[in-house]
Amino acid sequence: MNIEQLYRQVIMDHYKHPKNKGLIADSSYLMVHLNNPSCGDEMTIQMHVKDHVIDDIRHQGTGCSICCSSASVMTETLKGQDIDQAMKTIGEFYELIKGYPYNPEILKGDAVVYQGVSQFPARIKCATLAWKAVEQGIKKIKEEEQHG
Amino acid sequence: MIDVHKIRLDFPIYETHPNLVFFDSAASSLKVKHVIDKVDYYYQKLGVNVHRGAYDLAYEATTLYENARQNVARFIHANEEEIVFTRGTTSALNTIASAYLNVLKPDDEIITSELEHHSSIIPWMIVAKKTGAKLVYIPLTKEGRITVEGFKKVLSDRTKIVAITHVSNVMGYLTPIEEITKFAHEKNAIVILDAAQSAPHMKLDVRSLDVDFLAFSGHKMFGPSGVGVLYGKEKLLNQIEPFEYGGEMVDQVSKDFVSFKDAPLRFEAGTPVISGAIGLSAAIDYIESIGFEDIHQHTHEIHQYLLKELEEVEGITIYNKTADNPVIAFNIDDVHPHDIATMLDGSKVSVRAGHHCAQLVSQFLGVQSTLRASIHIYNSKEDCDIFIQSVIEARDFFRQF
Repeated sequence: MNIEQLYRQVIMDHYKHPKNKGLIADSSYLMVHLNNPSCGDEMTIQMHVKDHVIDDIRHQGTGCSICCSSASVMTETLKGQDIDQAMKTIGEFYELIKGYPYNPEILKGDAVVYQGVSQFPARIKCATLAWKAVEQGIKKIKEEEQHG
Repeated sequence: MIDVHKIRLDFPIYETHPNLVFFDSAASSLKVKHVIDKVDYYYQKLGVNVHRGAYDLAYEATTLYENARQNVARFIHANEEEIVFTRGTTSALNTIASAYLNVLKPDDEIITSELEHHSSIIPWMIVAKKTGAKLVYIPLTKEGRITVEGFKKVLSDRTKIVAITHVSNVMGYLTPIEEITKFAHEKNAIVILDAAQSAPHMKLDVRSLDVDFLAFSGHKMFGPSGVGVLYGKEKLLNQIEPFEYGGEMVDQVSKDFVSFKDAPLRFEAGTPVISGAIGLSAAIDYIESIGFEDIHQHTHEIHQYLLKELEEVEGITIYNKTADNPVIAFNIDDVHPHDIATMLDGSKVSVRAGHHCAQLVSQFLGVQSTLRASIHIYNSKEDCDIFIQSVIEARDFFRQF
């Protein structure tokens, strides 16, 4: 797949019409903010976890279309998942984005289109920024669980 | 006059990538065969350390290394005692900043600018934080230039350090450094010049610039990466504390006493970047074989051509139309620079997208990031035409959505 097809298929749609965009004022949400050091882009993720399940997840950021669309796709992919399952899904997304084999039973939906980004290694950081933010958030939840 | 077809024969990258349209020389220039061969010679035929060995191979390696120092000194009109080989501009500027950690006091002022590359400003931010000294920014003109007038507004009796760029890596503006240095010296302030972007494009004469310290890198001027130069006035270099301690920089050691050699070895602890110094020297020879006059004439012509063509393209904002160095910072309206850069990459056009390690410039321009096209001797008008065509195609592609 060339880059134009990649953009046409998913990226521009989610970029122009993002899902779950915009943060809400609710302190029960966990918030993670990350920068893309190479370009000054930034991404904030808000997630609500109840009984180990991500029942809401939101994003807000400035960035290129790959970065912002990937955040939108991420929310659609992970919303409703148990946090352990979500960690596995994120791991599979990292495999896919590097061009390695991934498990299609775990990673499904629009996210798999981002396999095309593996041909543009310079953009991997853009595509993974929002996913890294959620990963950090889940790790934090787990640490807090362990330390009581 | 530069014949691009002939010049490209000197750059082996074009053998592998004949269709390469390279507009990212401000980040790192392409490399010359002559330089690669000299670096290769050191590793293939010598490969031993400098200064230490009492055998033939060590003697030849030392001679090549010290000849490189002499060549750099001659190139910028310095004495060889004033030339320290470093890892690059960044490590040179950090070395100087750390040296002033023990010198600066609260309420001393460090003058700098929003045009700085991070390597010219972050070290001073940290020094300011640790010493209580204050960072003061030269007010830029509307266009974003450092002027003597702007500088005089912030210069005071409290000024101890002036750390600024010679040419901005994003905007390409040339700083009027001679005059600034004259005024700074009237207040006994030390002037440190980041010459990373000027060294590949113009003759540097440290005697007429009269700055106290100056730094540049090999890799932006056709030389190897991992080597750079710190120039410092001899007296000052011997006054400041070394930054790293180890082999070959020590004069005498006993159990409770150590004294250091004079510059430059004082600042070259450990095994230096021998191959890098040799390669940088070869890069200087290459530049001189072409001559800065021809380099300037060619890059200026290509710069003006590209600028004129880009101005014709609708939906483009150019931020530095009057740049002195051949660099164009621009954006395509409503499209993120990274998206454009990826599209251009598809046409083998290499540009930089982002904040170019100069976030304050982006903030000054009021943008998140920019695209940057920078030019050197191997760029042709055909490169420009392909670039413009690709920019138009990328713009039109994103306009569909």
